[in-house]
Amino acid sequence: MTADRRAILLLLVLSIGLNLGLAAIGLWRTLSWLVIPASFVLLVLICERAGRLVPMRGRSVYERALALGFPAAVLLLWQVAGDTGLINTTWFPQPSRILAGLWDLTVNYDRFSKASLIGRPWLIPQYFAEGGLAGVWTLLAESHVLATVGRVLAGFVLGAVPGILLGVVMGINQTVRLMLDTTLSAVYVLPKIAIFPIVMLIFADPFGEGPKILVVALAVFILMTINTMAAVRGIDRIYLMAGRNYGATGWQMMRHVILPGALPVIFSGLRIALGTAMIVIISVEFLRAKQGVGFITFYYWEVLNPEKMYAGLIVVMLLGVVLTYGLQWLQKRLIPWQR
Amino acid sequence: MHGMIGTPKIAARHVCKVYPGVDGPMVALDDFSLDVADGEFVSVIGPSGCGKSTFLRMVAGLDTISSGTIEIARGKAGRPLNSVVFQEYAIFPWKTVIENVAFGLLMRGVSRPERLAVARGWLDRVGLAKFAAYYPHQISGGMKQRVGIVRALANDPEVLLMDEPLGALDAQTRLVLQDELMRIWEETRKTVVYITHSLDEAVLLSDRVILMSAQPGRLLATFDIDLPRPRSAATMNTPRFSEYREMIWSRLSGEVARAMEQQQ
Repeated sequence: MTADRRAILLLLVLSIGLNLGLAAIGLWRTLSWLVIPASFVLLVLICERAGRLVPMRGRSVYERALALGFPAAVLLLWQVAGDTGLINTTWFPQPSRILAGLWDLTVNYDRFSKASLIGRPWLIPQYFAEGGLAGVWTLLAESHVLATVGRVLAGFVLGAVPGILLGVVMGINQTVRLMLDTTLSAVYVLPKIAIFPIVMLIFADPFGEGPKILVVALAVFILMTINTMAAVRGIDRIYLMAGRNYGATGWQMMRHVILPGALPVIFSGLRIALGTAMIVIISVEFLRAKQGVGFITFYYWEVLNPEKMYAGLIVVMLLGVVLTYGLQWLQKRLIPWQR
Repeated sequence: MHGMIGTPKIAARHVCKVYPGVDGPMVALDDFSLDVADGEFVSVIGPSGCGKSTFLRMVAGLDTISSGTIEIARGKAGRPLNSVVFQEYAIFPWKTVIENVAFGLLMRGVSRPERLAVARGWLDRVGLAKFAAYYPHQISGGMKQRVGIVRALANDPEVLLMDEPLGALDAQTRLVLQDELMRIWEETRKTVVYITHSLDEAVLLSDRVILMSAQPGRLLATFDIDLPRPRSAATMNTPRFSEYREMIWSRLSGEVARAMEQQQ
């Protein structure tokens, strides 16, 4: 037996002994703040030694096993802790119950709020036969996910496009920059949810989609303006000199030097803005909406159905992942020169 | 005037550059005059901070002139006056190699097939044809500067301005590119102003070497390099080369020492 194997065995015994021993004398719960980090450190030590035993060609499998295995193990522990009554499942339902809640939300139509999670796509043929495209539209319109995605995308585009334009102007024109920079910094730190009541007043229908989209757009706009300004100002002067020396003026300079030079930083800004847009729309839906992922999350909390509340949170995370992938796909198309 | 016939290609007269400084104005370049003949290769050499790069940028129109005049004589209509090869390459990371080389032509509205043909021709001459579709981050430093050099040549300017073009390269790549530069220049006979730190490079490449003083930059001495062309790396082994080298270094070393004292 090699030294590594012996060490792994020793560390395993130590970590299991530590947890079971403390549990046996009834101190585990009191000392959990210390036991959990200690167990994590022991686990890291075990995995590092196990990693040394992995042959070169098994390396990628080992790395993937670490990346996926750890969260899976945490979920499993959560499940076991719930099943054995170690944690209060009223507020922290096991993953299996959350999944069941998610399934329940997906397949069922809520007659009271006249909505479903993803719009029951399996009914599309039937609704199409009965009401044509209008019938399909009524199906899509009942979807919480589509309501949220629609608001986020509309607000994102409506905020990002003018934000990037103003950012470029502020990047190249000192006067505009001096006039607006302080104001933007001030508005940037303002939580957009705090000005939602005012935004509602602007619209004829304060409870409609307009204010929700506008408040998302506003958050994205401010962020993208500041980000694009920094992106343009960060372009190496040598490229501007080269552009000028080779005859670029006005629009040519913009199209061939400034925009491509700023694009990588603009895209990191868009990624942050996407996260901000999600935060804003979910909080707006918490506050005032009859539909949307934020709405169901808060609604099921109010009616004390935590499984479905957690299911709502999972949908938010999934949306974040999908939208970020979309943005990365766009980035690869638009910035082929990036490593 | 070094046997110059007719009007010079570049005429710099009493050029000064003054920067506003914390302790009053700082003179970077003081009453600097230089004429460059058509088809002449002139190197400007001097200690760090003598204002030689500043002078080049003023010739290129990339920096303002405090007083004096710089004029470039126009030959063929529609030709750009100057193109710069930068020390930091300054080729655009967001354009492919061939797009970079064709950039000047694109800015002048040359049709796509024509500018690509010209760019491809130049890439061929420096052995980069098969890298045409690569992005700059995919090629080495030496290749990047080859792209920088042919970008300037494809633009077919009246004068070529080179700002320490080989300064960022390692010693071996530098030798290879020196050779290529010599070969291309023999073929094209462009008017060149070449800024460099390297005494060897200046003597090897130039018809004339201009020595500048430590700050404020003034013209200190002019050396006509009467070595037979075509030259090659082997030229550096000849006794004549060593003589020029010694002669210029005996003047330059004092200036370098003075510049080092100033910086302390």
